[in-house]
Order: sequence, then C-alpha cells, then structure tokens
Amino acid sequence: MNSPSEKTGSFEFLTTKKDELVGWARKFSIFPYPFVTACCAMEFMSVSSTIYDTDRFGAALPRFSPRQSDLLMVVGTIAHKQAPILKKVYEQMCEPKWVMAFGVCATSGGFYRNYATLQGIDTIIPVDVYIPGCPPRPEMVIDGIMQLQDKIASARHPILTDKF
Amino acid sequence: MSGAEKLEALREKLVADGLEANFAHGLLAVALPREDVLAIATRLKDEFGFDLFLDVTAVDWPERKPRFDVVYHFYSTRDHVRVRLKTTVSEEEPVVDSLVSLFGSAGFMERECHEMYGIKFHGNPDLRPILLYEGFEGHPLRKDYPKEREQPLVRYRT
Repeated sequence: MNSPSEKTGSFEFLTTKKDELVGWARKFSIFPYPFVTACCAMEFMSVSSTIYDTDRFGAALPRFSPRQSDLLMVVGTIAHKQAPILKKVYEQMCEPKWVMAFGVCATSGGFYRNYATLQGIDTIIPVDVYIPGCPPRPEMVIDGIMQLQDKIASARHPILTDKF
Repeated sequence: MSGAEKLEALREKLVADGLEANFAHGLLAVALPREDVLAIATRLKDEFGFDLFLDVTAVDWPERKPRFDVVYHFYSTRDHVRVRLKTTVSEEEPVVDSLVSLFGSAGFMERECHEMYGIKFHGNPDLRPILLYEGFEGHPLRKDYPKEREQPLVRYRT
C-alpha cells in the first residue's frame, strides 16, 4: 500500500487546455432525446442496438426528458401541426445542446411537398448535423455522430463559472 | 346462399326501386341522389345486414357540375360482401345527411371528409378539424388548393 505522499509511478497531473478537456468530456457523453415521429425510427432502433451500437460513442442512453438531454435527434417527418411541439421541446433543453436532423424528411421535408409537411426542421430550430437518406444507413448515422463529436471537441466551451 | 348471390339479390331489389346498381371490382356500386343516402344506408343496415361502416370520402371533379362525388363503403360482417354508395353534391351546396345516427364511427370519418373537401354533413354535431389544426384555411384535398401552399404554426427562422 502506498501512503498518500509516496510516488506511485503513475502520472499525477497532466496539462491540457480547458476547452479541449471539456470538449473531450462532452463528446463522449451525448445524451440523446429521440424525437421520433416516423419510419426512420426503425433505423434508429437498429443503429442504437447491438450490431451498430451507438453506446461506443457515448450516445446510447436516451433521456425521455428534454431537460436531461444534450442532443435532440429529430427522427422522421415533422408536420406543421407538430412543429410547435418540436419547438417547445428544443426550448426546454439546457445548454449546451445540439440538434441532429435524422433522415431526409427532417433535413428538408424529403419527398413531401404539400400542405402538411414542414420543409426541414432548420426552418424553426438550428441544426448541427444533417443525415440524409430515406432511411439513412446505420453507417451514415454513426458518421453523423462522429462528425458531431468532432464539432463538439473542436468547439469553444465558454466559461462554466467565473473561476473556470 | 353465398355472398355473391345475396349481393345479386340486393342489386335486383335496388334496381326495382329505380336506383342504378352495378358490380364493380367485386362489390356492388350504387349511384343515388343525395337525398336518399340516409334512407338507403338505413335499409342496408337494417334489412341487409351491412353493419360495418368502412369509409366516407369525396372526389373533386373541378371541371364538372355538380363538382363533388361523396363515396361511402359498407361491409357486411355476416355475408362478407361490400357495397359502395356514390352521390353527387354541388360546390355551392356541398351538404349531405350525416350517418352518425346509424354508425358512431361515421363521426370521425365525416370530420376528416369535412376538413379535406369541405363537404358538410347535416346532423353531425362535431365537425371540428381532426387531422388539420384550428385556423387552417381552405380544404387541402380540393384540386384548387395550391399544392405548395403551407400554413405554418411556428414563425420561421430568418
């Protein structure tokens, strides 16, 4: 047993930048809120379960409360009737927060061009990563998550308190 | 008596009453004036056992007068046969009698037909929008609704 003052051989401090440290921590703990409205949900289940397994990226544990989640995954077609709900969910999420448009309907309305369908969720809320496809393949979703991770890791993470 | 024979017997009775009734795709298609819809639907239910109301919808013929067809489908769970009733209404007075007194399920289907085509169902106590939202202008499945017209509820980001 080593006494607390004794050198153990393991490193006891490291130097890094605050933004890199916080970004590294945040990119591996993306708690998604799945806002699932349509058939893309099947692909979402596929990508989040065993074979593809988004848990490898720290993005597996869905939080069904927007207040506890970091990533809003909009999976499926958003109708105009649903838009106020999506907007309210987004506004209830705490900073820092990111938005993923999962599938072509959430990205641009997809092949729906009519009275009912919102032409892309970026008309009402800001979007960080777009994943096209109808539905997207799991590889595309994983690529999207990794691009989002890069974005988080390379972003500025503003002062958390006035001391840090 | 098989289902097809029962349907043929029904057809003969309706034709004897002066209605136009023909077979189309294995079901009996009946054309009738709009005043007769409720009476014929009552007869179908009470006399011939058509106890399941499948659907009511409309067809818009923008060039034609009268402009709309209103189409009903009924199913007999006893004989496993179907009947279609088809009537016409004008653009100026798109009114038919509601079937809620016969089939409770008619309520929701008439609401949908009302919001999508603007057909009014006389006797339906609740014709609020069911798939659309309050404040939606026009009837989106009419041919003269601009196909790219949107009525967003949330203000767009600029």
